[in-house]
Amino acid sequence: MNVIEVENLSKHFGKFKAVDDISFNVSRGEIFGFLGANGAGKTTAMRMLCGLSLPTLGEARVAGFDLYKDAEQIKRNIGYMSQRFSLYDDLSIRENIRFYGGIYGLTNKQIKAKTESMLHHLNLEEEANKMVKSLPLGWKQKLAFSVSLLHDPQIVFLDEPTGGVDPITRREFWTMIYEASDKGTTVFVTTHYMDEAEYCSRVSIMVDGKIDALGTPLELKEKFDSPNMGDVFLKLARKAKRGDN
Amino acid sequence: MRILRILLEKEFRQIFRDPAILRIIFMLPTVQLLLMPLAADYEVKNIKICVVDYDHSPYSHKLINKITASGYFTLVDYADSYDEALGYIEQDEADLVLQVPRSFEKDLVREDEAKLFMALNAINGVKANLGGAYLRSIIIDFNNDVRLEWMQLPRFNPQPIISISPINWYNPLMNYQLFMVPGILVILVTLVGAFLSALNIVKEKEIGTIEQINVTPIKKYQFILGKLIPFWVLGLIVLTIGLLISRYVYGIIFVGSITTVYFFAGVYLLAVLGLGLLVSTFANTQQQAMLLSFFMMMIFIMLGGLYTSIDSMPDWVKTFTKINPVTYFIEVTRMVILKGSTLVDIRSHLITVLGFAIVLNSLAVWNYKKRS
Repeated sequence: MNVIEVENLSKHFGKFKAVDDISFNVSRGEIFGFLGANGAGKTTAMRMLCGLSLPTLGEARVAGFDLYKDAEQIKRNIGYMSQRFSLYDDLSIRENIRFYGGIYGLTNKQIKAKTESMLHHLNLEEEANKMVKSLPLGWKQKLAFSVSLLHDPQIVFLDEPTGGVDPITRREFWTMIYEASDKGTTVFVTTHYMDEAEYCSRVSIMVDGKIDALGTPLELKEKFDSPNMGDVFLKLARKAKRGDN
Repeated sequence: MRILRILLEKEFRQIFRDPAILRIIFMLPTVQLLLMPLAADYEVKNIKICVVDYDHSPYSHKLINKITASGYFTLVDYADSYDEALGYIEQDEADLVLQVPRSFEKDLVREDEAKLFMALNAINGVKANLGGAYLRSIIIDFNNDVRLEWMQLPRFNPQPIISISPINWYNPLMNYQLFMVPGILVILVTLVGAFLSALNIVKEKEIGTIEQINVTPIKKYQFILGKLIPFWVLGLIVLTIGLLISRYVYGIIFVGSITTVYFFAGVYLLAVLGLGLLVSTFANTQQQAMLLSFFMMMIFIMLGGLYTSIDSMPDWVKTFTKINPVTYFIEVTRMVILKGSTLVDIRSHLITVLGFAIVLNSLAVWNYKKRS
């Protein structure tokens, strides 16, 4: 069953076609890797699917809801972790969890239970009352991911979640992604790390606003006759005309 | 309701976690309210006068003593000639020259009529006007003294004189502080409210947390209310501090009811905060928000009727003051504090400001877009 259905979706900023007519489907429980060079349009596409940006053209359904009519319904069913750090620096870990849980309508009892299990899982029990700004980046990112899953969304969108994070934490982060996927959450993730692309169930590669390749990592490697995803990416991304932003 | 509570909890936590902001919110208004009313005073004092006395008679001495004893004038010098006195004015060391002619006493006694000469430095028009008027009234007073001295108690007054005895209603002692302190308090409450609210949503835009809020199913009005209420409370706290200062430092006792002031202030703050939030939804950076609100606040305050009387403004400005919330609040505080006006008396003010509040906040909600 498809939880994301995208048909001919486009976003134009004046004459600039940030996202140019893309179509794809993502089925439940998949880890969908959304690859592309800087400025290829990944974030714009993701922001449209999250209801943060209005498409110029095209149709899309996310979690069974229409992108135009039921954007607020979509928001109840998705989690989102943006490129920029999204927790409040001047609130403690516990307070951040309470805030986001509360906004999604969780009861105090649910929030309390979620908080304890999350703190335990992330090994942050000692730091629970510390301000988020005092945490190292890797911990912040893992916390932000857990917070985006607070309300048990069907789909979680992760925009470069592991940017700037050390390899060990990156590995741990992907363990968390697999755990979420095992529970049936669909993961939609953008990344620049090609080893991470190998972990995805399916991968799409965007070049200049269009999707140039889509398939399992194995299929793509065979198709482009490459030993690894990095090579696939280079073969596709080299022909990009758009530069860095 | 629960979502609103969660939002408020977060806002209050963030406000009270920033001691610098908190100190500014409370310290600045206090200091300003302690200092500004002492300086912002329409009364002109210390008018520098230079006297050229060609007469050197007992009467001319009496007159000069009377002038310097009035408390409004400080004597710069006794000049020997008018030219020397004018030198003081040119150096900006004197505001006013009074010249007593050689035959002052002689004329007064013999002819029953004497002339004096007054020269004013009119660069500062207000000071020149008032200084001249003060001096004139002192001289008239002196004239009456002289007359009284010479009069041989006639059966009837040979000349009919109309004398006026004014009563100053609502502010019998013409105390400027009574007039200024409530006005300055209004300005302070306005500034705190407008700037804090203008900066707040923009701050979330700059940090990027607004994106995370926008991706939740939160309602737009909930988010705006969550921002509005904390600053509303802060505004009322600032008002309370200000009222305490005006009561215990300036001894201003309300003729009217304090509840009326709070009630009006509550509605007024909604309008000011609505404006701030509207600015906040437009601006992309804190600098933009700051400059925009600074610009608007300047106009609102200058044309609010605190420093200059609205009655003497040109008609087109008067029309503008009708859409200036500051005008209404300044008027209301003066009405309630000095005249004892009640809610019934200020109802038109109240309805107008409520209108502003509804319009501005609706615009803020409308202009806050969760999806761009």
